[in-house]
Amino acid sequence: MSNDNQLLALAEKVVADARGGEQVEAFVSQSRRTTAKVRRGEVESIEQATSAGIGIRVVVDGRQGFAYAGSLDPDAVASALADARDNAIFATPDEANGLAHPDGVTPVDLPGPDDALAAIATDRRVELARAVERAALATDRRITGMRSADWSDVLATSAVATSTGIRVTDSASFWSAMADVLATDGDEVQEAYGVRVGRTLAHLDVEGAGTEAAEKALALLGATQPESRRVTVVLDPHVAGSFLALIGATMVGDTVLKGRSPFADRVGEAIAAPLVTLADDPTDASSPAAGRHDGEGLATRRNTLIGAGVLQGFLHSTWSGRKAGLASTASAVRDYASTPHAGTQGLALATGDLTLEQILEQVGDGIWVQSVSGLHSGTNTVSGDFSVGVTGRAIRSGALAEPIREATIASTLQRMLLDVVAVGSERVWLPGGTGSAALAIEGVSLSGK
Amino acid sequence: MIDKDVLERTLSRALHNGGDFAEVFAEDRVNSSARLEDGRIEELTSGRDRGAGVRVIVGEATGYAHTTDLTEDGLRSAAEVAAAAARGGGGVRDVALERRPVTPAPIAIRPEDVAKADKVELLRRGESAARAGGSSIKQVMVSVANNRRRILVANSDGLLAEDDATRTRFMVQCVAAGDTGMQTGHEIVSATRGWELFDDRSPESIGEEAARRALLKLAARPAPSGSLPVVIAAGIGGVLFHEACGHGLEADLVDKDASVFAGRMGQQVASPLVTLVDDGTPLGEWGHLAIDDEGHPSMRNVLIDGGVLTGYMWDHIRAGKHARGPSGNGRRQTYRHLPMVRMTNTYLLAGEGDPEDLIASTPRGVYVKQLTGGQVNTATGDFVFGMGESYLIEDGRITEPLRESNLIGNGPDVLRTIDAVAGDLEMAGGGGMCGKDGQSVPVGVGQPTLRVPAMTIGGTAS
Repeated sequence: MSNDNQLLALAEKVVADARGGEQVEAFVSQSRRTTAKVRRGEVESIEQATSAGIGIRVVVDGRQGFAYAGSLDPDAVASALADARDNAIFATPDEANGLAHPDGVTPVDLPGPDDALAAIATDRRVELARAVERAALATDRRITGMRSADWSDVLATSAVATSTGIRVTDSASFWSAMADVLATDGDEVQEAYGVRVGRTLAHLDVEGAGTEAAEKALALLGATQPESRRVTVVLDPHVAGSFLALIGATMVGDTVLKGRSPFADRVGEAIAAPLVTLADDPTDASSPAAGRHDGEGLATRRNTLIGAGVLQGFLHSTWSGRKAGLASTASAVRDYASTPHAGTQGLALATGDLTLEQILEQVGDGIWVQSVSGLHSGTNTVSGDFSVGVTGRAIRSGALAEPIREATIASTLQRMLLDVVAVGSERVWLPGGTGSAALAIEGVSLSGK
Repeated sequence: MIDKDVLERTLSRALHNGGDFAEVFAEDRVNSSARLEDGRIEELTSGRDRGAGVRVIVGEATGYAHTTDLTEDGLRSAAEVAAAAARGGGGVRDVALERRPVTPAPIAIRPEDVAKADKVELLRRGESAARAGGSSIKQVMVSVANNRRRILVANSDGLLAEDDATRTRFMVQCVAAGDTGMQTGHEIVSATRGWELFDDRSPESIGEEAARRALLKLAARPAPSGSLPVVIAAGIGGVLFHEACGHGLEADLVDKDASVFAGRMGQQVASPLVTLVDDGTPLGEWGHLAIDDEGHPSMRNVLIDGGVLTGYMWDHIRAGKHARGPSGNGRRQTYRHLPMVRMTNTYLLAGEGDPEDLIASTPRGVYVKQLTGGQVNTATGDFVFGMGESYLIEDGRITEPLRESNLIGNGPDVLRTIDAVAGDLEMAGGGGMCGKDGQSVPVGVGQPTLRVPAMTIGGTAS
């Protein structure tokens, strides 16, 4: 019996214990992550992290209780079920509480875990981490060291069963290669990171992580603080992806219903420049985050959030959908230690038709933002205000010029979407699964000297 | 949690391929939380995570594996996987463990003994107080979370130590709406304590504070853009030092030359007004530890003394490499993680003088009352942190409130230029979670009121 069937059997066993008037859901997951880190060609560490757990939801008379166990041991599972029942007693009844029902949508056909990746030997992992480090160090003699050079691979399986008839399993594999690189010139040290991700060993570009990090660190040597002014910024696809994730988080049902989204009540309105089309699409097989089911066991689907600048709708779990008088969009996200809630699973920005060179030419003068810091402490997703630290380069006469540091950019998420003036044509997949591209935004406040 | 002879056999097994050091770290953590939102008790959650990790070190290489199976067989498999990474000579090494006395932090009222109905009542009290802020308060979310974490560390040096720590955290978040749109305010109280925490801080006072902050921001004007003097209030302002230099004094980053403070020991790195400590010993503080996650007692470590760099923070691997003792800073998020160098409670010692005078002697600047997290690039020392509650200083007086924005600065520059430190040292009542290389641990911060003559404020107003 395969592992996913074992997990499903365990989930079904819990659900079979549902009492009259009770809805019971069991979410079971198991994963193995192996990380090899190298330093100067030698192994720094090899970690094997295996994790297994179960989360149990009980809904009775509109009251919901939840408990979890970080173990699949029968005693731990039994005690989680008892705790979930007990927790339900103290919850306030809510008509919208309840588990998902099968809705007839067929899950997308995705390749399962990569057998070659699942069977990878530790020596090969070390070799791949070494390749990341070598690629970074070979870029330039000013690359003097690494904070880290890592290879990591994950094999994850989950199952959901409910007393309402859901029975599903999912399995996936993925790898990531990461480099955190130091570039030195005299007394000055600059640091940057690079990353590559994928789902199979057939598509490997680990050297790219090393060279990308090295090039970014080198580009910052000699950086100075720019003058404060209002500018057009061009966001690196990684930076654009971080902002898209924040914007996506304002478009999920729970946030909208609880009055915490600046975009609530704006469906059908133009909230972004017509260049902007943003979807949440976990069905896209090329996304590292692709999956067949959401956290409540419904088949995933493509949901458009912004179509040519117009807000199309929000992402819903079963609870938020019912609350809003709509169906779930199969957007429940979770792990075994948390209840499902509406979230993004595979955000993707539709690419534009300009290469980076063409964008720089169009912008003429501005700032290329290579990295941001303080994104979470500096962004309020309720008011939309943001202010984040940036490093990057000036754009002068349509080309990249001197490096900058110790500066911030500020605007609001609402203004930023309306002020998009160009979208890059190159699609970049980020860890976490966001499909991003370079974005040019005008009218941003740059604070420096 | 695990018998001594089982631990001894597991450690011997872990070293059977050769190896310089082996360690078993076992953890049993029980979490519980409750959340009220929109007047509804939305969720009560409870759960338990239990397991053990085995670490084997050979030369510079570390092997790590973990298991949820705490039987001798389970530990033995983990030891074999960890040892596989450590390919060396082979041979048998006996390990004899000696139990070290540890006094866990005393807990007056165990959260697990509090009835669920009483927990729910506490949430309602926090909510009512926040709602009393007026009709502009549109949303209130109140949560309480507590965990009990029992750990055991045994290693091939013969160390055996156990701890039992309880942490409690209460948070109120409000959304207020007005002519200028929506604004948020929050207040967090957290401590390595049990329910006695609420004898000192009532849920009402926490709710009122969150509502006050949200309402204040409705009337706030955009923060300035550019460089200004900044006065940072006592307490949570200590995040400044956590970001500006704390991370840069972690020995793992220093060793990799990924810190601007590498090679600066004994040098004047800060204004003579600056004496900075990292101290895991104060009972009740959010970053309190009886022992760290490598089994060493927590300590008070002076990092900067009168502006002179006097110490880094260490874990087992780095301390061993530099042939020095541990500093009690080896920490990990869970048994699934390898330990690394982390801060505990980081704070600046008090100077002299009245915080009021410090504001009065600032003609124009920004007064920061609440900070919300930050981030640092340790290689350059550039850091940012969010200003959750801040005001303009005009003619030596605190005037208008400002909307949220980030402050950006360079750690070494800020440390050198601090020109006033008052005598009002306070620890932040609500410590946060510090993230590093994917691991998150509770840390405390504190400081007296102080002034930095120039920092860049990332607002939108000219």
